[in-house]
Amino acid sequence: MPKQPTVFQAVMNITSAAKASFPFTLPILAGFLFLGMTYGLYTHQLGFSFIYPLCMALFIFAGSMEFLTTSLLLLPFAPVQTFLLTLMVNARHLFYGLSMLDRYRHTGKKKWFLIFGLCDETFSLTASIQVPEGIDAGWFYFFITLFNYVYWVLGALLGSLIGQLLPFNLDGLSFVMTAMFVVLFMDGWKTKSSLIGLILPTICLLIFGPNQFIIPSMILMVIALWRQT
Amino acid sequence: MNTQEQILTIGLVVLATFLTRALPFWLFKKRTPKKIEQLGKVLPPAVLGLLVIYSLREQHGLKELIAVLVVVLTHQLKHNFFLSILLGTLIYFML
Repeated sequence: MPKQPTVFQAVMNITSAAKASFPFTLPILAGFLFLGMTYGLYTHQLGFSFIYPLCMALFIFAGSMEFLTTSLLLLPFAPVQTFLLTLMVNARHLFYGLSMLDRYRHTGKKKWFLIFGLCDETFSLTASIQVPEGIDAGWFYFFITLFNYVYWVLGALLGSLIGQLLPFNLDGLSFVMTAMFVVLFMDGWKTKSSLIGLILPTICLLIFGPNQFIIPSMILMVIALWRQT
Repeated sequence: MNTQEQILTIGLVVLATFLTRALPFWLFKKRTPKKIEQLGKVLPPAVLGLLVIYSLREQHGLKELIAVLVVVLTHQLKHNFFLSILLGTLIYFML
């Protein structure tokens, strides 16, 4: 037997990782196509051509920030504020990176894409799911990230091009993401850590409101968790 | 804003977003301090809680409460990833 895996084996490894990861992304398929289309339609209604949502989905790949950027484009040019606002809105990503340092360590060149694609939904899956037996972890994470990326870009593009033709109302679909987060939260339950993550953000949301509560929550969470380390 | 300024604005958002995702990996490229490594281990359950609250930040009425309870109960009873999400979303649609 040769020690080096043959090309055939390598291809088999990649295909089986793709197959194993796909089912986990189904809730995101539903959620991202819907949310992406809502976003695409929103940009269309503000008068932007499909190039704008397409480029933002392709290069920013952070849903709530893409909505926000679209409205920034209608305001006077303010580069410094834009940069700082983005850092604040996306500060929660720092926690994803800290959590994934270990899991993403030996993923080679794929790591760049894994980091680029580390959105809320992808993080919730790659941080929670046990990689199935015999499946290459790096490729498993890669395909979860890739599938979710494709769903979002496709949704944004479709929403911009044909969003207004949709005759039915799918608003309830946005709850798919919440339901998935709740399920993964339950599966990953560790009493102290889970309670910290539930209670502190709730208090901060009540005090600071929906647009300001993330950073105070993160600071309090680190302080509370630090004593456990 | 002209087209050039629009491209620059989007570029800055791209850069800042990637920075928030990549910073931990750059800071701890070679070696992760023990404290940070342990923090990374206790963080995920807490961050998933934060995500639940984050996804409900704009809308949290009776409708959301009932649907979340359906998800929690279904998952407690059946432990099925897809069933819990599907049932919760269906109930949310019907409410």
